[in-house]
Order: sequence, then structure tokens, then C-alpha cells
Amino acid sequence: MTNTNMARAQLETGESTIIEFNDVNKWYGDFHVLKNINFSIKKGERIVVCGPSGSGKSTMIRCINRLEEHQKGSILVDGIEMNNNLKNIEAIRKDVGMVFQHFNLFPHLTILENLTLAPIWVRKMPKKEAEEMAMHYLERVKIANQALKYPGQLSGGQQQRVAIARGLCMQPRIMLFDEPTSALDPEMIKEVLDTMVQLAEEGMTMVCVTHEMGFAKTVADRVVFMDAGEIVEANEPHEFFDNPQHDRTQMFLSQILNH
Amino acid sequence: MAIEFKPSPSLPPPSTSVGAVAWVRQNLFSSPLNVFLTLFSIYILYLLIPPIVEWGIINATWEGSSKAACTAGGACWAFINVYFEQFMYGLYPSQETWRINLAVILIVLLIGMFAIKAINKLFLSLTILLVYPVVAYFLFAGGVFGLEVVETSRWGGLFLTVLLGVVGIVASFPLGALLALGRRSNMPVAKSVSLVFIETIRAVPLITILFMASVMIPLFLPEGLNFNKLLRVLIGITLFSSAYMAEVIRGGLQAIPKGQYEAADAMGLTYWQSMILVILPQALKLVIPGIVNSFISLFKDTTLVYIVGMFDFLGRIQAANHDSNWLGTTVEGYAFAAIVYWAFCFGMSRYSMALERKLDTGHKRN
Repeated sequence: MTNTNMARAQLETGESTIIEFNDVNKWYGDFHVLKNINFSIKKGERIVVCGPSGSGKSTMIRCINRLEEHQKGSILVDGIEMNNNLKNIEAIRKDVGMVFQHFNLFPHLTILENLTLAPIWVRKMPKKEAEEMAMHYLERVKIANQALKYPGQLSGGQQQRVAIARGLCMQPRIMLFDEPTSALDPEMIKEVLDTMVQLAEEGMTMVCVTHEMGFAKTVADRVVFMDAGEIVEANEPHEFFDNPQHDRTQMFLSQILNH
Repeated sequence: MAIEFKPSPSLPPPSTSVGAVAWVRQNLFSSPLNVFLTLFSIYILYLLIPPIVEWGIINATWEGSSKAACTAGGACWAFINVYFEQFMYGLYPSQETWRINLAVILIVLLIGMFAIKAINKLFLSLTILLVYPVVAYFLFAGGVFGLEVVETSRWGGLFLTVLLGVVGIVASFPLGALLALGRRSNMPVAKSVSLVFIETIRAVPLITILFMASVMIPLFLPEGLNFNKLLRVLIGITLFSSAYMAEVIRGGLQAIPKGQYEAADAMGLTYWQSMILVILPQALKLVIPGIVNSFISLFKDTTLVYIVGMFDFLGRIQAANHDSNWLGTTVEGYAFAAIVYWAFCFGMSRYSMALERKLDTGHKRN
């Protein structure tokens, strides 16, 4: 049985919840940005979060590794509650890779150094081993020949693939993608999506905020639609796209699919 | 039948658009205003340079044992010549000045070793920052290995100036970085301590701090507990400079995009790891001009130690001006001081430019 199938099997048995939102609320000042989020993600599941801008989808996934703090409710990642305990936060961050809209590569380090930084300093891996692993992931995102360049010398699509490889270098159990293709030129979106599809096929738990509905249809196990800080609807892609239950979902889909 | 296209050979560019003539036209005579400014500048140079050359070189006196020997009407460089050793080393005993020279040679060699690839840079840096100062201190002060003890009160001249400048610069840099981080910290105590320190020190003139360090602190300390005046002054200069350094570095920290902090956090780096590995290297690179600006300013500010009775380079020159054999050599003294300070500060400025070019990964950040 391949990894993928094992993950599938686990998923179907309905076991091993890896991320759990219990009644999560968050405010920016007076602005209620997340409202009563109740949601759980199983190990190996691929979740696509979509919704209009300002609906709180980025904020929600950024709560998973506590780049944002929630004020009410609880978030459990891998059984560990996210609170102000620094030890917990660091433990979770080791296991959660994140890819940002604007890549956020470190411009003063080479591509290889960007990838080995966390393994060496957080995982305490010997430098040589970290470099070997980094090269392995760079090959996987088809960019190994750029290892000694600086991020500024790469195209946007290449930078984002490096960012994905950097996330993978921590050998995370969960990968978060915060609009990974929104800052890219159209011809570069495909190369990044291809990398993500490949990752999804390997059974990685993925939570991905994106407007790429094609990607959602092909790889998502569930699509979550958020609006005004609430989860309006969450369903399998087939059901979600063909038979949306909510008016707001229908309106959103008609807007993004018929342009 | 196809006609073959034969381009005629290009004509050379007209002589008015390349070469020296073009350069002069473009840069010096491109508009009536520029013509005027160019001619005016040439006139000013014509007025200034010949007298300076005449005074400083042609009519200058280089040898002699008193002002009386300077009869040619030009600069009396004999004054500098006679006092040269004092200007360099202060009252450091003549037969011991090799110790200072040795320390200088050592540090030049150590820094030169950065060029050798086989040597571990971290090890070399630690040697320079931790081992070298101890060696240098014992060389200067003596008292070990049969070296004669030289009281710090006899340290002076350019030696003292460079010592104050270098110690001030090297010590204030990490302290300034810490204060800058402290001021941006989320921890209330670290934040308020940094804030109060920076705002207090910056609001006080250096002269006051030096005066406090040398006169007031001994008054407050209990009888018998006293430490070296040079050390007190060094601490004063370091604290003063670190407050300025902190604000320069804070400017750099603020220019780093939030995404960099987030990416470092998301990787699980601790606060100190993310600061040292990710944020500070970028922030410091951004503010190299500001940092060097502060350093140059500090280097020149060290002349204020004359207020607490220490005779640095400028102090020694001023003192020598009072020598009855050499009355009337003030201009030569200050001219010499100007040349030496200029050389040091210009050197720092060129170094900073080279450093900026070297660290430039050449690309806009994202």
C-alpha cells in the first residue's frame, strides 16, 4: 500500500484529527474577524479555503501556527493546544510548514541557506545533512540548479517553489498555504500549482487558501467557503461546486467561475 | 531576382559626443549656469591652491629645534617633527612604544587573515573580539612577562584617540543593537528600560557624561573603591554612543517587512535566532551609512576627553602649542590634526561603501 493509500485509509476510518478549531473567535479591535469557527481537519486531508477578500480565511489559517492569536475558543494542533505557552508554539511550528503569498524568502541568504536555516537551528541537524536534504527538496521542486543564487535573482514562480521546498525541509506534518499563487504572473501559477498537486498526491496534510478553483476541484478533499468571518459551507469539491447549499456560496461561485 | 541588402558602414560618433571633449561639455558646460559655476570654481581654486602650496610645501621648514628656525615664511613643520612621538603616543615611555606598534601590527595581521580562505571566520572573529583585547591590554599596561608597568595616565596622543574610538565603536555596537531590540520588544520591562536609557543619554551632551564619569562617580563611590579613570571614560563614551547606535539600528529594524518576521516565526526559530539570523543581518545592512556616520562622529567626539584632563591626539597638539620654544605654531598643529582626522574618517567612509557593495545581494527585497 502506498503512502497515499494509507493516508486515504486512515481518513476513511475517520480517525486521527490533526487540527481542531473549537468555537474560535477573534477580533481586530472592534472588528469581529473570526466568528465561532468550529472545524476539524484529519491527518492527510487536503483542505481548500476560499471566500471573498476580508472574509477571514488567511486569519484562520494563520491561527494554526499562531502567527495570529485568537481570543476565544481553542485550537488544537496535533493534540497540543495553542496558547501563550512558547514551548507549545515552538513545538507546533516545527511541525507546520507555511508558504506565504509574498514568498518571504530571506533576501540576504542564498537559496540553499534559506532551506537549511531551520533544519540546522531548529532541528539541530548537522550542516551537511541539512544541505543534502535541501538539495533533495530543491530537486523535487525542479530548481536544484539555482541553489547558490539569491532569492532576488529568481522569478516569482521559482521563488514560490523555493518557499515550498523551504517549508518541506522542516519535514512538517502539516503544510499551510496562504494564497500561494496570488502574487504571481499567470504563466508562473501553473508551475507552483503543479508542485502543490504533487505534494498533495504524496499524502501531506494541506490547508490551502486559494482562489484557484481548478486546484480545489482536482486535489481538495473538502472545500471550505468563508464569508464575513464565518464558515458558511464545507463540502467535498464535487458537491461544493455542483450543488452549493447556500446563497452566498452560489453567488461567490457564480462570480468566480463565470468570468 | 532578390536584391541583397548591404548596409553602409556606420559612421563613427561625432567627436562632440564621445571622449574628453564630450565629457567636459556634458558635465561642466551644459548650460549657462553650469558654465558660470565651472568658471567660478576654477577662479576660487586659482585663488586658494597656489598660496596653500607655497605655505605648506615651497616655503615650509621641515627641520629645526624651535620656532626661531622657521625663517622661510612658510609652515613650520619642524614643530610636528619634533613633537611627533608625543602626538602619536602621548607620554608613553619612548623605549616602550614598540608595545603599541606591536599591538597595531598584530591587529592588522589578524584582520588581514580574513583574506585567507582556509581559516574559520568565526574562530578568527572570536580571536579578534575576545583574545586580542586581553593581549593588547597587557601589552599597553604592562605588569606581566617583565613588561614595565605604564600607568594609563601616561597614555595619550593618537594612540589614546584610536583606543577610545575603537573601544567605543566595538562596544557600543552590540549594546546599541540590544537597546534597539529592547525598544521594539513586547516585554514591558525591556521596552521601558531601553526607552528611558536611550532618551536620557541622548538628551545629555557627551561632555556632561565624561565629566560625570571622571568627577562625579568617584564622589559617589565609597572610599577605597575606585576604578581607573580611563575605564570610566571608556564606559561613558560607550554608553553615549550606544544610545545613538540604538536609534540608527531601530530605523533598520522598522524597514524590514513584516513577512520576514513571520517567515522566521513560522519556521519555529526562537526570538533570538530569528533576530540574529534573519532580521539583524538585513537591518544592519540597510543602515550601514547611518552606523558609519555615528562612528565617524564618535571618533571625532573623543577629543572631548581633554575636559577630564586626558591628552588625546588633539589634546597633545594643543599642549605642545604652549611650548615657549614653539609659540605661534597653532596653525601647523591644527592643520596636522585635520589631515590625520580626515584620513581616519575618510578611511571609515570608504570602508563602509566597500562593505555595502560587498553585502549587496543586488535585489529588491520582497
